[in-house]
Amino acid sequence: MSDLTKSPDPVEPLLKVDGLVKHFPIKKGVLQRTVGAVQAVDGISFDVRPGETLGVVGESGCGKSTMGRLITRLLEPTGGRVEFEGKDITHLSVGQMRPLRKDVQMIFQDPYSSLNPRHTIGTIVGAPFRLQRVTPEGGVKKSVQELLSLVGLNPEHYNRYPHEFSGGQRQRIGIARALALKPRLVVADEPVSALDVSIQAQVVNLLDDLQDELGLTYVIIAHDLSVIRHVSDRIAVMYLGKIVELSDRQPLYETPMHPYTKALLSAVPVPDPKRRAARTSRILLRGDVPSPISPPSGCRFHTRCWKATTVCKTTEPPLLELAPAHRVACHHPENAQDQQPTDTERLAGAPTQDEVVRTSE
Amino acid sequence: MSELESQVGRPSVPGPRTQKDVFLSVRDLRIHFDTDDGLVRSVDGISFDLRRGRTLGIVGESGSGKSVTSLGIMGLHRSQRARITGEVWLDNDELIGSSEDFVRRQRGRRMAMIFQDPLSALHPYYTVGAQITEAYRVHHPVAKKVAKARAVDMLDRVGIPEPAKRYSSYPHEFSGGMRQRAMIAMALVNNPELLIADEPTTALDVTVQAQILDLIRDLQKEFGSAVIVITHDLGVVAEIADDLLVMYAGRCVERGTAEQVFAAPQHPYTWGLLGSMPRIDREQTERLIPVRGTPPSLINVPDGCPFHPRCPYADVPEDNVTRTVRPELREVGTGHFTACHLPQEERTRIWTEEVEPKL
Ligand SMILES: Nc1ncnc2c1ncn2[C@@H]1O[C@H](COP(=O)(O)OP(=O)(O)OP(=O)(O)O)[C@@H](O)[C@H]1O
Ligand SMILES: Nc1ncnc2c1ncn2[C@@H]1O[C@H](COP(=O)(O)OP(=O)(O)O)[C@@H](O)[C@H]1O
Ligand code: SF4
Ligand code: SF4
Ligand SMILES: [Mg+2]
Ligand SMILES: [Mg+2]
Repeated sequence: MSDLTKSPDPVEPLLKVDGLVKHFPIKKGVLQRTVGAVQAVDGISFDVRPGETLGVVGESGCGKSTMGRLITRLLEPTGGRVEFEGKDITHLSVGQMRPLRKDVQMIFQDPYSSLNPRHTIGTIVGAPFRLQRVTPEGGVKKSVQELLSLVGLNPEHYNRYPHEFSGGQRQRIGIARALALKPRLVVADEPVSALDVSIQAQVVNLLDDLQDELGLTYVIIAHDLSVIRHVSDRIAVMYLGKIVELSDRQPLYETPMHPYTKALLSAVPVPDPKRRAARTSRILLRGDVPSPISPPSGCRFHTRCWKATTVCKTTEPPLLELAPAHRVACHHPENAQDQQPTDTERLAGAPTQDEVVRTSE
Repeated sequence: MSELESQVGRPSVPGPRTQKDVFLSVRDLRIHFDTDDGLVRSVDGISFDLRRGRTLGIVGESGSGKSVTSLGIMGLHRSQRARITGEVWLDNDELIGSSEDFVRRQRGRRMAMIFQDPLSALHPYYTVGAQITEAYRVHHPVAKKVAKARAVDMLDRVGIPEPAKRYSSYPHEFSGGMRQRAMIAMALVNNPELLIADEPTTALDVTVQAQILDLIRDLQKEFGSAVIVITHDLGVVAEIADDLLVMYAGRCVERGTAEQVFAAPQHPYTWGLLGSMPRIDREQTERLIPVRGTPPSLINVPDGCPFHPRCPYADVPEDNVTRTVRPELREVGTGHFTACHLPQEERTRIWTEEVEPKL
């Protein structure tokens, strides 16, 4: 197809992920035979556009961190494809990745364990320069001190050790290290969830300012839906290794299409006691997320979904764009046209509406 | 008007309990620890009353003294280095001055506790059912069969599927949410009149959190217990608490009904907590309004108001009083207390003109 007939894509994505899979083999016995696999990430596709923030939410164990470590190539994918600026990086070796390392950085969840306690702040933040064998203008020390003030730390703390800093300050150190080489893409895995609320807000604002100043692109992973709404332009909702909904921020919160998204949103506690009385119903998902070793057939949410019908158990729903910039993988979405209107027979054993929707007294 | 004046500005002095339906009364509780680095003032003069059937939420950031307070009420600070003063009245019994043996007999029967980490409360080598059965038999001299039936019933009540089968499971065979339920079953097996839940949902996903909060609410309704829920999440307290106590640096800085504290918060730290949280129920704001700086060390608590190094209004009260005089908890509305030197008019003006519009 010629470029003229192709509908013009306004921006080329910075990162393009297609059918990404990661299965962790489960080994048993003296021979370490493979007896199964944890299907941590199981065929996900999405783009990240330059300058935007893509938020990723989902319950614990749904594969968010694994996804983050795959796209930064800290893990080797089992299948699928990852492209950074049009270049296939899916199976690059550590050596081949090195030139790209400066463009793609990761911030980790735990500000306590992600910094080496025996190294000074100067050494930690300056490490990327040494690894990449680059000498920044004005020297490493000067650059590190600039980075420290950029993230709101005192440049004179250059010779201090991580234990001398609070959790929020340590997270700033991790951010300074990630920014050392002026990356294009920063993947932040739960960057604020270990922090106290007041400190969490400081770090959220810092990430925001740095994006404006340095033109960064973010993938931010979090389980807190209020934080995700605040920081993201677009949001991916994950369930058991799959993306079940991918949408611009506003439609996701105002007109969620996937029943799982709806349930997640309805479970968020709201800091307003008046709403407690006003709230008419809350969707109360029962039980736990099924095991990713043998996930349910068809739609993986069918064991907990109150809308499940026969087709949900047999056929996996594709991720389709059912409204502009709003994709969902569901046969019977909310706020959109039913994709399987003829399949009306309720799935035997699925929870009923009454069981999942709890009406407050 | 004169009636109002007589309430406003009256210091709340700890004294004998006045209301007769109060079940738990904490009076000027102080818990300090001797450490090599100095004296840690973890709890420094906390007072509150709690009636049966009511839920008190205690909020505050990490290290503000929430857990130490609850362990203090339960009589669980056994360390020689803990210095505890004040009074804890459980109905008509004062616990701080009572023998260890007496307090132990109250624990598990009249008062029980749910911890943040259920694995710390459940023994890894015994089945979940056996532990609940044992918790019952400690306080009830019944046959094992009777106690076991009670345990299965409790597992059922907290929503464990197939309770008779799961009775024989070990804690590690349960998911995080199920362990939390099992611990709640154990805490409630003796129908305690006081239940303290310390960060009961912090490690859990929102979906499981909603289930557990619902469960606590239902069980409270059923048993009419007095409940304390400790958390750093204002959303959680708004869901569940009738009354609210905001802690900062080992002290109570604000106390009132949940409606009062959320609708007209009085303390600059409470404003800071509200400004720090992104809210899903409001229009998207451009920026969060964090509290600057970090919480103080409880070894070197700042003089005067402990919040002054972080408070944007520290210079508003006259004569530098904020940095020299510790503000006492004063009643600023019926049953609504705050510890802050701001003159009431100024406080109301700042809240309505400067803070509230930005939230
Ligand atoms: N046994 C102890 N010896 C010395 N200091 C202690 C002891 N227990 C607690 N502390 C200190 O008391 C203060 C309050 O601790 P506490 O555990 O109550 O905080 P918290 O509000 O529950 O915090 P978090 O939310 O992190 O659990 C902290 O500074 C803590 O280090
Ligand atoms: N190295 C590993 N070996 C085996 N299983 C793993 C490994 N890393 C992650 N998993 C499993 O993959 C699933 C997804 O994990 P993760 O991506 O860490 O979840 P999340 O970050 O969403 O909590 C989980 O079931 C987890 O136990
Ligand atoms: S596909 Fe079926 S089971 Fe899955 S979310 Fe949609 S309605 Fe529910
Ligand atoms: S007493 Fe002063 S420093 Fe403390 S909260 Fe009130 S205004 Fe702020
Ligand atoms: Mg994770
Ligand atoms: Mg605690």
